[in-house]
Amino acid sequence: MMLALEMYRSPAKFLAAKAVGSRIPGVLTGPAAPLRLVTINEPKADRDGWARIRPILSGICGSDLGMVTGHTKLYFSALVSMPFVPGHEIVGELLEDCEDLPKGTRVVMDSVLTCAARGVEPCESCVAGRTNRCDRITVGHVAPGLQTGFCQDTGGGWGNVMVAHRSQLYAVPDGLSDERAVLTEPLAGAVHTALRAKVEPGQSVLVSGAGAVGLFATLALRELTQAGRITVVAKHPKQRELAKAFGASDVVAPDEVFRGVRRATGAFRLKPELNAKEFLLGGVDIAVDAVGSKDSIDTVLRVTKAGGRVVLAGMPSTGADLSPVWFRELELTGTYASSREEPNDRPAFETALEIAAKAPLDGVVGARYPLYRWREALDHAQSAGRLGTVKVAFDVRAS
Amino acid sequence: MSRPGFVLEVDDRTPPLLVHNGEGFLLERFPLGTRVVYPPEALPPVRDVEEAIQNALLHPLESEPLPELLRPGMRLTIAFDDISLPLPPMKKPDIRQRIIEAVLTMAADAGVDDVELISANALHRRLTPNELRDIVGERVFRSFFPDGKLYNFDAEDAENLTHLGQTRHGEDVEISKRAAESDLLVYVNVNLVAMDGGHKSTSIGLASYKSLKHHHNSHTMIHSRSFMDHKASKMHHSAWRMGEILTEHVKVFQIETTLNNDIFGGPLEFLQKREWEWSIKDQASMLGAKRGLALAPAKARRKIFQDVRANYGLTGIHAGKIEPVHDKTIENVHKQHLVEVQGQSDVAIMGVPFVGPYNVNSVMNPILAACMGLGYYFNSYRGNPIVRKDGAVILYHPVDYEFSQLHHPSYVDFFEEVLSESTDPATIEAKFEKQYAEDPWYIHLYRTSYAYHGVHPFYMWYWISHALDHCGDIVWVGANRKTVERMGFRSASTLQDALEMVSHSVGRSPSITYLHNPPHLLADVR
Repeated sequence: MMLALEMYRSPAKFLAAKAVGSRIPGVLTGPAAPLRLVTINEPKADRDGWARIRPILSGICGSDLGMVTGHTKLYFSALVSMPFVPGHEIVGELLEDCEDLPKGTRVVMDSVLTCAARGVEPCESCVAGRTNRCDRITVGHVAPGLQTGFCQDTGGGWGNVMVAHRSQLYAVPDGLSDERAVLTEPLAGAVHTALRAKVEPGQSVLVSGAGAVGLFATLALRELTQAGRITVVAKHPKQRELAKAFGASDVVAPDEVFRGVRRATGAFRLKPELNAKEFLLGGVDIAVDAVGSKDSIDTVLRVTKAGGRVVLAGMPSTGADLSPVWFRELELTGTYASSREEPNDRPAFETALEIAAKAPLDGVVGARYPLYRWREALDHAQSAGRLGTVKVAFDVRAS
Repeated sequence: MSRPGFVLEVDDRTPPLLVHNGEGFLLERFPLGTRVVYPPEALPPVRDVEEAIQNALLHPLESEPLPELLRPGMRLTIAFDDISLPLPPMKKPDIRQRIIEAVLTMAADAGVDDVELISANALHRRLTPNELRDIVGERVFRSFFPDGKLYNFDAEDAENLTHLGQTRHGEDVEISKRAAESDLLVYVNVNLVAMDGGHKSTSIGLASYKSLKHHHNSHTMIHSRSFMDHKASKMHHSAWRMGEILTEHVKVFQIETTLNNDIFGGPLEFLQKREWEWSIKDQASMLGAKRGLALAPAKARRKIFQDVRANYGLTGIHAGKIEPVHDKTIENVHKQHLVEVQGQSDVAIMGVPFVGPYNVNSVMNPILAACMGLGYYFNSYRGNPIVRKDGAVILYHPVDYEFSQLHHPSYVDFFEEVLSESTDPATIEAKFEKQYAEDPWYIHLYRTSYAYHGVHPFYMWYWISHALDHCGDIVWVGANRKTVERMGFRSASTLQDALEMVSHSVGRSPSITYLHNPPHLLADVR
């Protein structure tokens, strides 16, 4: 038996969260949260290539919060199996040997449950190494789930024990602290984003959002591309400071995006009638949306130059106006998780581990909570930007 | 008879004194011993304006009478000062209208039919048709505007600019092609303060950025001491050198006018009286205005001030060759504005009013407020600044974070981007000026909308460079703390607090001078 936070199906709570969550945010992590602290059976690792892991730290990701607060689109409901233990950003310790990895090895995990993990014939994407695009995430000997942390059978980082397949695991170098290692998964996502953005040398990039996704995307863009000016949209002072530290050329407030991008790129600024949102003729070469909100997506679409590329790195929650995509012939690119074969011919996780070792990430994990203080942890994560925190994590060993 | 300006020393019988404070004013008790510099009262105006105009045109200085310069088939261009003068705008008919009508009558009598009228706005915003109409009058507007013969100067219309050469200092002289190719350029000026007129009219008002950057830069402006004394102003020296080149190529007939200090009339008449002389009616008006403005919504308050039209009387008009005309003009301006002040003080206090040259019919944004106080008022001296080197300046203005996107789009960017990086004029000039001057969007708005040129906020900042260099401390009373901080200044809640804040540099018993303007004054600091 183990202690874990479990996400369960609760239409009543879902509707309550939808109805009053925006007005009374406290209910989202309080009575309306479809989450409970339970003692349940440990997940089993009885097939080849699987092993049990004891999470050390497990991050709280925007997609986890989206699930808890009911902001996630129902689209994803077909890709999860309830109830499940969330938590896919982990650094943990192997409780048994896992093929070539001996018991006790500290590992990080690529959470996508691919064909290899599911024991099915590799799909086209998996063969090509584009593991994040796996088409078999709902079949095989593992319950449906796009990732560990959304799957009934695997457990997740928000529990004392979870299971993972060897194909998902990367050993953590000895010198890398747990606080840095737990950032590997989001950093791998940022590596994937930066490479998917296909930035040509000198091109201007806008990163909308300075939460973990935006900040790490900025870091990866600076690290892996020859981007020219990188402008980051940040709300809070600490975010502005970190954006600069991670390589932003300049930082603008959300209400300053049009002004800032126009200034930086010499674009023309147009204001449609009836208070419709303004837009630029001209703008940045590439925009990365790291928020997922309607407002943020609307903005990045409107400040990207004709023929430019918009990369959606934040999980989109609501519909945006796609007029600019049509009129400006924008290239709209999604970027989800990370891949074993990235355009730089390496797994994103390898690159991410290198970045985690050398980037200025001290203090990025700004708060650690035991599992039984989950409501506080989620509250903190909800307000992370305002509170000057990039990443909130569960300290599972302390639970 | 009007009384001259004078310096009052505050004692225990001195009532609270009026201080301009943006779109409002307040009554302030100044510390005992504070010197208060009052402007001279309005000089008696010329009785017959039409006669004075005729006399100036027919008996010009060092020039043939205007009718003798006019002939059939010639190209005549009449340029005139734009909306930035006078302040506040004058009641109709505008003196420019009366002069232009007289010039056009003479031109018609001489059979001149190729006439164009240009608002000499340099890098200022274009005037709207209504604003042009207000200046030139209905008849001239209807006769010339529909045919495109009355228009704003466009400093970015490369095809319609002419490079006349360089001065001996290597300064480019590039002006309106139409003006440069005219057989006669008549310039109609309104000389509100000593800074205006002379060669500044033509070689600045009709010039492009290429030309203007030679004197509108941090180095030149920091060494213009002051702008109100053209003989001691590097900016004017440059304009005068350019004027030499310009007048080698173009025949200029300069018409300069001077106005008196009769600015506020009607319910605001108390603003130009001395406080201890306020009648019961004045006191009632003051209280009513003060309370009313405090209660009025911002929009209504702005409208009240934007609708102010001054009663200005004409104190002189001279025409002919630029230099002798301007000498006469300066004499007249000095008669109206000069106030002798003995010595500098540790602290200067100034109330920044609701309007400056660049926010007529618009908003006085933080940069313009700084320019009005630290550019224009600080420079309202001859000889020495009113405050000693490393002394303190205390200004009154709310300095709200408010910008007109229509008129001042580049100001917003300047405030957010440039000032957040540096407030040092030389640094921002080197790093940012060119970008802003060449930004295609600003150029587009300058040419097609009603926006000041992209480089204009830089000029405003250079305008205050002398004050920044000279003063040890600059504090604003009652100002928005954030906007003031962005500009590198400090904000105080009250005058007492401001004096406390500057005490580390000027001591606990500083000598203080309060410049009680507007109406305009020029401190002749001995």
